[in-house]
Amino acid sequence: MATITAPNPSPTSKPIAKLEDATVRFCGDSGDGMQLAGTQFTNTSALAGNDVATFPDFPAEIRAPRGTKAGVSGFQVHFSSNDIYTPGDTVDALVAMNPAALTTNLEDLRAGGVLLINKDAFDKKGLEQAGYKTNPIEDGSLSKYKMHAVEMTKLNRLAVEGLGLSQKESDLCRNFFAMGLVFWLYDRSLEPTLRFITAKFGKKPEIAEANTRALKAGYHYGETVEAINTQYQVAPAKLTPGKYRNIMGNTALAYGLLTAARQSNKRLFLGAYPITPASDILHELSNHKNFDVLTFQAEDEIAAVTSTVGASFAGEMAVTASSGPGIALKAEAMGLAVMTELPMLVINVQRGGPSTGLPTKTEQADLFQAMYGRNGECPMPVLAASSPADCFFAVQEAWRIAVRFMTPVILLTDGYIANGSEPWRIPELSELPKIEITHPTEPNNGDAFLPYARNERLARPWAVPGTPGLMHRIGGLEKQDGTGNVSYDPLNHEHMVRTRAKKVALVADDIPLQKLDGKESGDLLVVSWGGTYGACATAVHKMQNAGKSVSHCHLRYLNPLPKNLGQILKSFKKILVPELNMGQLRTILRAEYLIDAAGHNKIQGKPFSVGEIVDKIESLLKS
Amino acid sequence: MSIDTALPVLKPTDFASDQDVRWCPGCGDYSILAQMKKVLPTLGVPREKTVFISGIGCSSRFPYYMNTYGMHSIHGRAPAVATGLKTVRPDLQVWVITGDGDGLSIGGNHLMHAIRRNLDLNIILFNNRIYGLTKGQYSPTSPLGQKTKSTPMGVIDNPLHPLSIAIGCEATFVARSIDTNINHLGDVLKRAAEHPGTSFIEVYQNCNVFNDGAWDYAKDRDTKADTTLELQHGKPLIFGKNREKGIRLNGMNPEVVELGKGISEDDLLFHDERSPEPSLAYLLSRMRYEDGFPEPIGVFRCVDAPQYDRLINEQVEEATKKRGRGDLEALFNSGETWTVN
Repeated sequence: MATITAPNPSPTSKPIAKLEDATVRFCGDSGDGMQLAGTQFTNTSALAGNDVATFPDFPAEIRAPRGTKAGVSGFQVHFSSNDIYTPGDTVDALVAMNPAALTTNLEDLRAGGVLLINKDAFDKKGLEQAGYKTNPIEDGSLSKYKMHAVEMTKLNRLAVEGLGLSQKESDLCRNFFAMGLVFWLYDRSLEPTLRFITAKFGKKPEIAEANTRALKAGYHYGETVEAINTQYQVAPAKLTPGKYRNIMGNTALAYGLLTAARQSNKRLFLGAYPITPASDILHELSNHKNFDVLTFQAEDEIAAVTSTVGASFAGEMAVTASSGPGIALKAEAMGLAVMTELPMLVINVQRGGPSTGLPTKTEQADLFQAMYGRNGECPMPVLAASSPADCFFAVQEAWRIAVRFMTPVILLTDGYIANGSEPWRIPELSELPKIEITHPTEPNNGDAFLPYARNERLARPWAVPGTPGLMHRIGGLEKQDGTGNVSYDPLNHEHMVRTRAKKVALVADDIPLQKLDGKESGDLLVVSWGGTYGACATAVHKMQNAGKSVSHCHLRYLNPLPKNLGQILKSFKKILVPELNMGQLRTILRAEYLIDAAGHNKIQGKPFSVGEIVDKIESLLKS
Repeated sequence: MSIDTALPVLKPTDFASDQDVRWCPGCGDYSILAQMKKVLPTLGVPREKTVFISGIGCSSRFPYYMNTYGMHSIHGRAPAVATGLKTVRPDLQVWVITGDGDGLSIGGNHLMHAIRRNLDLNIILFNNRIYGLTKGQYSPTSPLGQKTKSTPMGVIDNPLHPLSIAIGCEATFVARSIDTNINHLGDVLKRAAEHPGTSFIEVYQNCNVFNDGAWDYAKDRDTKADTTLELQHGKPLIFGKNREKGIRLNGMNPEVVELGKGISEDDLLFHDERSPEPSLAYLLSRMRYEDGFPEPIGVFRCVDAPQYDRLINEQVEEATKKRGRGDLEALFNSGETWTVN
């Protein structure tokens, strides 16, 4: 679809309120199809020209007991006629499919917000499971919201009647009814979702028809019922001209890997073991074998990374992707890659830790692990992606550094940006950087080949098996510089440790200087990294618009840090480092630059809201 | 495996690297290294297309001594490193060198999965029934009761038997040889190299420092005819100094019988290395000297099966044939898109 279809003209004469932006959250049981509802609403809003940002939130259990609070799954969409960077702090419209969903999500709904409730789920059992003593629909406790209790189950069943579906199958369409209602509420076209239904259920015409009827029934319900008396419109955003699509972080990352392989003229090998929230990278790449992609689902995390070392030795683009617990298991092999000076990527889609922690929740507490989590002096370049779409670019940059410096590189993302989505301006192929790689074909020292001879970046040659005359052996034992032979010489060891460290430090000469959002000096600098970009950028913009002397510096490169960072930090009276951890970057900055820095630290498995960053900035400015 | 017949003829010394070999004098590893250097020139694979991958342990120093490509990786992980290598470069001939501790203890998982995937790898497990490099702790193949540095009162965990593990994973090529039985070892290495799919070889290897004599019963000139049995495809299982004994099946169990006295060769178990069912090979792997059996050497099993390294590359070809070579532009533009002017 090249262009969007115009929204359905509204046949009723209900008043339309124009909004700059709105945040909608769908929540229900994990079997209620809330992720699908959220995704469809997101795509429709993006197609309508809004900027969008999403936040899916689902339980670790595939199917927690029905109707319980543990099983509540939610999907939040923020859509706007302006540039936005976060899925929104508070919710303007909440769809709650059952009492458990209501009780666990209500606190995020702003006073006066729209509350759409599936009234049929508020029976005795449902209320008990959610811990309600009285029915909130009837006891007046929801009076500060625009509450609409709709008999969704009943109305949906009526809509799909006569198609020969069982009651269970009928109820599976209920999310489409809810979607239809929300689509009406925000004056959205049904077309994209109707196309989706055809594509997805085309082979099961009765299911396709049922979902279509449910969607339309919800929409018409909104049109007809007098109780819902206002419709809302959010105008298209003024995005940079170009062609857009909506993209999730893990998908963007997979596309970035395919691009980097193509741009460096390599086969792509992914060694991976299933782990939340990184598995989608494996799934996505497995579907693109025609890009010369080899996906190896290994027997464990260690095999995933060591097979990656093997594929790198073989001369191809080698990648392993996991999350914190898996990365912990890979540590020794990452050391092997550092010692053998082979280029490869280690991707960590961070989740709540330690140990198994919070598999489906976000956190950025693996920075120390990335920086220091290996035995010996074992430095690796570390980068972090800042948003779903940025994963596409960050991973290409990581591979560029890996091959230019012959080193494994860590890329950090997190569950929040991996599963979140935003509009992505589709790049022209000509905009994408080529990644040059050369493999030696001739000896480099007379008739001999020195596998650890170094260029000006201290990178060694990447000679691949199959090349005549360049046979050599590498391994995890300390190497004599140049020859690569095993060496226990004390001075050689120190020389090699320093050389490997210097090589990584030299990456700083090869990356852009740190940019600032705002003035180059002032009262306060917010320093952030990774997936907190959106909340920090939005908070700083608010402060700047309010005339405060606040700037923002978001780090993509965490090791080495950009060369001008120290100067930037010293130009501000105060430094604030908001992180979803106990202050890991803050510790690094203090150690590196001997500056004071305040933290704002949240370890709840949830992203920052803009409001809490704003509050922290304000309190620091006052103090 | 690609065979280039136009190659210059190579000698064993062509496969020797310039590094001093640093195993203890008298170590069984020397003999295996010598046989490897002798066999490689007969395979017709250029040196640059040969890769040795090892883990950690005495045996794992092997790649340093070969003038081929090689990697001395980390403990237990050689089969996984080799899997990545062979997957992206099926044209290379890949050898995995491991030991009883490296392969069966810390790396047991990788060994099992490499074997079941049947990648075209040649895995040689040097079994000396001891941890040598760490100076004398018991290994997963050390016999019950053995006193070592870490088992002063004797080993109490039941040992693993490498070939039983390999056959349990349905290895397509399984063989055993002995470090000092050099001709036999050379033949087995050659056959392993020629087998498409994972070849698993256990070599009885003497650690003359920490476990000297562990295999004497199988190596001693005077006893080896009675304590080992050389397997030959299609031939009855006969052993003994005068080839006077054989193995007969009694129900599901093997038994040692004397030939003559009403028992002829036809009554014996005949070896069939190509049997698709691994049961017979497994039964042979269970024959232990300590239980009164000769221990078979030679090829236990040699069958054809699909190889992971081929299949995964065939899937790439198939996908490319069906959908065309991946087009980034088309991929980016898949799904719903919109234009902002």
